[in-house]
Amino acid sequence: MISLDERKVERIITDFPILAKPTSRGKRLVYLDSAATSQKPQSVIDALVTYYSEYNANIHRGVYEIAARATDAFEAARETVARFVNADSREVIWTRNATEAINLVGYSWGLNNIRRSDVILTSQLEHHSNLVPWQLLAEKTGATLRFIPVDSRGVLQLDDLDALLEGVKLLAISHVSNTLGTITPLELIVPKAHAAGATVLVDGAQGVPHLPVDVKALDVDFYAFSGHKMLGPTGIGVLYGKRALLEAMPPFLAGGDMIRKVEYEHTSFNDLPWKFEAGTSNIADAIGLGAAVEYLESLGMDWVRAHEQELLGYALDRLAPLERRGLAVYGPKDPQLVSGVLSFNFADIHAHDLASILDTEGVCVRAGHHCTMPLMEKMGWPATARASFYVYNTRADVDALVDGLEKAAQVFKL
Amino acid sequence: MDDFYRDFILDHYRNPRNFGTLEGATATAEDLNPLCGDTIRMDLRVNDGGIVEEVRFSGKGCAISQASASMLTEEVKGMKLEDVAKLGKDIVLENVGIGISPTRMKCATLGLRVLKSAAIGEIAGWPDEE
Ligand SMILES: Cc1ncc(COP(=O)(O)O)c(C=O)c1O
Repeated sequence: MISLDERKVERIITDFPILAKPTSRGKRLVYLDSAATSQKPQSVIDALVTYYSEYNANIHRGVYEIAARATDAFEAARETVARFVNADSREVIWTRNATEAINLVGYSWGLNNIRRSDVILTSQLEHHSNLVPWQLLAEKTGATLRFIPVDSRGVLQLDDLDALLEGVKLLAISHVSNTLGTITPLELIVPKAHAAGATVLVDGAQGVPHLPVDVKALDVDFYAFSGHKMLGPTGIGVLYGKRALLEAMPPFLAGGDMIRKVEYEHTSFNDLPWKFEAGTSNIADAIGLGAAVEYLESLGMDWVRAHEQELLGYALDRLAPLERRGLAVYGPKDPQLVSGVLSFNFADIHAHDLASILDTEGVCVRAGHHCTMPLMEKMGWPATARASFYVYNTRADVDALVDGLEKAAQVFKL
Repeated sequence: MDDFYRDFILDHYRNPRNFGTLEGATATAEDLNPLCGDTIRMDLRVNDGGIVEEVRFSGKGCAISQASASMLTEEVKGMKLEDVAKLGKDIVLENVGIGISPTRMKCATLGLRVLKSAAIGEIAGWPDEE
């Protein structure tokens, strides 16, 4: 029997033109790599095409009609994104991606606030994007990097959180792990970090696409995310920051658009958020991200979360029998604790070989270290295969994954 | 790609030849494919006549990288260094048989890259892109 939700997903699939195109081998495209980047609905593609074909113009200061239209659409997209995460639109800064948003904080806030005696606390499961910037900041300032440990399931170990937070000036932590899908209990950690005097930055690259996020309720100081993982275009991301913090920070990049008055020897800077948006912005992709957010809003983020939980539960059930034949599924294996991410290895088949064989069946999974090399090293996994789910995935996609694994078992004569 | 994994490839993957490290190696190189983290190390013993007398490889990675490195070690024993220097990716492709997909080409040539580094010193690019 087809449930209501499956009908809804069938409708969603028709919004994504790429999913209707068979692979070069004539297979149905089974896209299980949304944690790397998501597919785009027609409405997002249309938003880009419409901008370029109907009102392409530079924003701010243009007096003619299409320039005004472009400015309005660009700023309306900002309002949409702000509403989506419950921020004020002045607190939403466009960046290229989550990585640039994190680096912006590292350079502008970090270099001006972190001292030798300070501690930067992060965790053992961070994406390189939320690790390397802090290594650089620690090198430049002489501050110490400290790590919240993870257990053998990849769950953050918070028993000693109070001790870990001692002397911490910045806590930089991901909302959701891209390798294991484990969700950080921010509601527990953030108040303690604040009580310890720390500023909190959250890498939300895997948070906003998959969970309802309210930056005010979470009370985080900075929150970074990427448009391309949430149905939007590449090249556009967001830094949310609390207004008082952003006001106090010096600009990151300097140039046009971020200024108020420029004299030969001196410049006064523009208001938020433009102070941090030097040069011509990525206008089209910001507008595209606005359309992506509207699409997600039409589905409802509670539904998105529930849908992924349902699929993950189904996948865990379907994969369980393969565990007897050498399939190892990593992470807590509990849909309550993780988003729609499944990391695994199969017997002695290397993750890359597994991904190549799955590819012949049209099944797209990622294989490797997932930009979390230290975590992989700690866990003793040379590489893992990772399947990740999103709004357009179905039980049939999970079935295709399982069939693909059966094929891999045959090819490798397991 | 699925028909790439034939018996002899799986055999080299599961029972790699000349696997391990070499006591008294005269040259060693190690490298990784940064895209996927596969690693290969090659130890060579080259005699005064410039001939590769002994070779061992070690590493971790996919069937393609490990099997092609294993096959390469069988080939290189007894070879002159100047001939090792001339090896290009065609030898790897001949070894592994039918074509591998472009996305996996670096897996196949990692062993060759490391072998050539050991034999003739550091090389910057990938075989045939040098
Ligand atoms: C948890 C996490 N943080 C940061 C990033 C970086 O995102 P981007 O490459 O879009 O900047 C990613 C994307 O892979 C991610 O999964």
